[in-house]
Amino acid sequence: MLIQAHIQAHQHVPGGLMPLLHAIQDDIGYVPDAVYPDIAKALALSVAEVHGVVTFYHHFRTHPIGRHVLQICRAESCQAMGCGKLEAELKSRLGVDYHQTTQDGQFTLLPVYCLGNCGCSPSVMLDDEVYGRMDTEKVSELIDEVCHG
Amino acid sequence: MAKTSSTLANKKTVIKTDLAGQTLVTLRTLTEENPAALATYEKLGGYAQLKRLVTEQVKAPEIISQVKVSNLRGRGGAGFPTGLKWSFMPRYYDGTKYLVCNTDEGEPGTFKDRDIIRYNPHQLIEGMAIAAYTLGARVGYNYIHGEIWQDYEIFETALAEAREAGYLGENLFGTNFSFDLYAVHGYGAYICGEETALIESIEGKKGQPRFKPPFPASYGVFGKPTNVNNTESYTSIPWIMEHGGQAFADLGVPNSGGSKLFSVSGHVEKPGNYEIRMGTPFKDLLAMAGGIWKGRQLKAVIPGGPSTAVMPASAIENATMDYDGLSKAGSSLGAGSMIVMDDTTCMVKTLKRLSYFFYEESCGQCTPCREGTGWVYRIIERIVNGKGKMEDLDLLTDLSNNISGRTICALGDAAATPVLSFIKHFRPEFEYYIQHGKSMVDGK
Ligand SMILES: NC(=O)C1=CN([C@@H]2O[C@H](COP(=O)(O)OP(=O)(O)OC[C@H]3O[C@@H](n4cnc5c(N)ncnc54)[C@H](O)[C@@H]3O)[C@@H](O)[C@H]2O)C=CC1
Ligand SMILES: Cc1cc2nc3c(=O)[nH]c(=O)nc-3n(C[C@H](O)[C@H](O)[C@H](O)COP(=O)(O)O)c2cc1C
Ligand code: SF4
Ligand code: FES
Repeated sequence: MLIQAHIQAHQHVPGGLMPLLHAIQDDIGYVPDAVYPDIAKALALSVAEVHGVVTFYHHFRTHPIGRHVLQICRAESCQAMGCGKLEAELKSRLGVDYHQTTQDGQFTLLPVYCLGNCGCSPSVMLDDEVYGRMDTEKVSELIDEVCHG
Repeated sequence: MAKTSSTLANKKTVIKTDLAGQTLVTLRTLTEENPAALATYEKLGGYAQLKRLVTEQVKAPEIISQVKVSNLRGRGGAGFPTGLKWSFMPRYYDGTKYLVCNTDEGEPGTFKDRDIIRYNPHQLIEGMAIAAYTLGARVGYNYIHGEIWQDYEIFETALAEAREAGYLGENLFGTNFSFDLYAVHGYGAYICGEETALIESIEGKKGQPRFKPPFPASYGVFGKPTNVNNTESYTSIPWIMEHGGQAFADLGVPNSGGSKLFSVSGHVEKPGNYEIRMGTPFKDLLAMAGGIWKGRQLKAVIPGGPSTAVMPASAIENATMDYDGLSKAGSSLGAGSMIVMDDTTCMVKTLKRLSYFFYEESCGQCTPCREGTGWVYRIIERIVNGKGKMEDLDLLTDLSNNISGRTICALGDAAATPVLSFIKHFRPEFEYYIQHGKSMVDGK
């Protein structure tokens, strides 16, 4: 029902597909493929086009994920500043590998290639916020904060 | 008071960069308390140029000629002369013309445009409005990289302020000039920084580049004439209008006008953005960034972002930071994203990560790029896993030469450049890795 409201809000906007997908993901955390036909119909696109756009952009997720998303930057500057150690430690702390969600459904761990925060490497992004100069201890504090706050 | 700049996006850790020695053009509000606020920008003379040009109805060719004189070259990486690009926009056209700003910066090590929208969003807005007036564009979009949500909001706030103050919208300053500007979110695809992919993305499609020509100037957003420039390019415009094209040209050296933002990252003591005159010696820039950290030695520099050729210390030490200076020294200025590597860096492993990035980000339209980047990555991975063969080095060179120049967009060339330059300058390191199954540098 909610998804229908998003579709209605965006169907007449030129180039409205991306903002629509964004709104859906913001709402429920991912874009379920079951809604492709409705979107396609409303925006006069084929289901394949909708599928193509969803899978093209790293931002869109096709499956439900944890309540929070932790992304670790693995690009040049962060590598130089030791993100390799950070990712190994966080994986073991959370007990998951990249693209997996912790058993309690709290965190999904994702790799990311440059957060544009290279001046403060190593960087991570927790939900919508970027944090620089990180180490395992500081990230653990952030994790505790979002779990209890 | 706060004579400091920071490159960071959160409250918890802020690194300070001394402003001494910089020539602030696009980040000129950094000397003030509240750099992003409209009042701050107005206090420094902001929006006066837009108002002057529009109310005095200064003619487009006059404005374009100042931009040409300024020697401003596209700050997105290709360095195409901005004045010349503006002159390609059709003058008389019955329909909507568009203006697009490229704030997608997705290349690892590139973080200058985000500081512009974070600390000086109004100068960008004024620059775009001046461009819109000059080129007759009615609608503008700023396409902002997907991961920088906080900065996106700062820009949205600035847009609202500018609308409220009458710098954007209908019939500006009581004339018939109208311009609407919107922020658009990128969604984390590096390829969307390529201007035609970006246009496809604005239209709500997959970000796959189009063939050029036609260039956006004739076939852009929704097939209409569109001018695309980088954030830093537009942000330079109000300064040029205020001080004149010649003054901007004089900040730099022949062929490279102005000041330029360099994002310095990697193994330096004070990483961050530095806005310096074109033609500044590399050594001075490195000194501003605090030199190589931990007292180590400089090994190599990628001067303009991973799509530009890596330079060994000996090649860059005496180079100057401008278009000609870096191309004479064997690389290019690109977007000014300087990644510094000290003597503990393993070039083989570094290349593995870079090649993975390009493989992952290829949009898959062209076979040489889609398949070639995958092969390159797998061969380097094989070397890193101790299973490399000597022939692999020639194979890598051959593969890269076959990607370069055979694709729709420049990502193909961008992917080939690191491979070719790493092997060219650090071949013994690759050979050692293949022979011993481990790195010459870290022994692992
Ligand atoms: N900032 C970043 O994160 C990145 C920047 N780059 C840079 O991008 C560059 C490649 O960009 P491209 O857009 O493919 O370069 P390009 O050379 O095709 O175009 C440069 C600009 O000039 C315009 N132009 C060129 N010839 C024209 C003509 N005859 N008529 C009208 N307009 C014309 C194009 O529309 C474009 O805006 C590379 O050199 C690289 O350094 C690459 C990757 C990332
Ligand atoms: C793969 C690829 C990625 C690019 N990424 C960016 C980018 O993030 N920002 C940018 O301004 N230009 C980028 N460019 C260059 C743009 O296509 C275009 O040349 C530029 O936006 C034009 O603006 P300018 O003339 O002001 O530099 C990229 C090009 C390629 C081939
Ligand atoms: S060169 Fe690569 S990224 Fe560019 S259009 Fe071709 S496949 Fe896509
Ligand atoms: S390399 Fe990690 S933020 Fe840029």
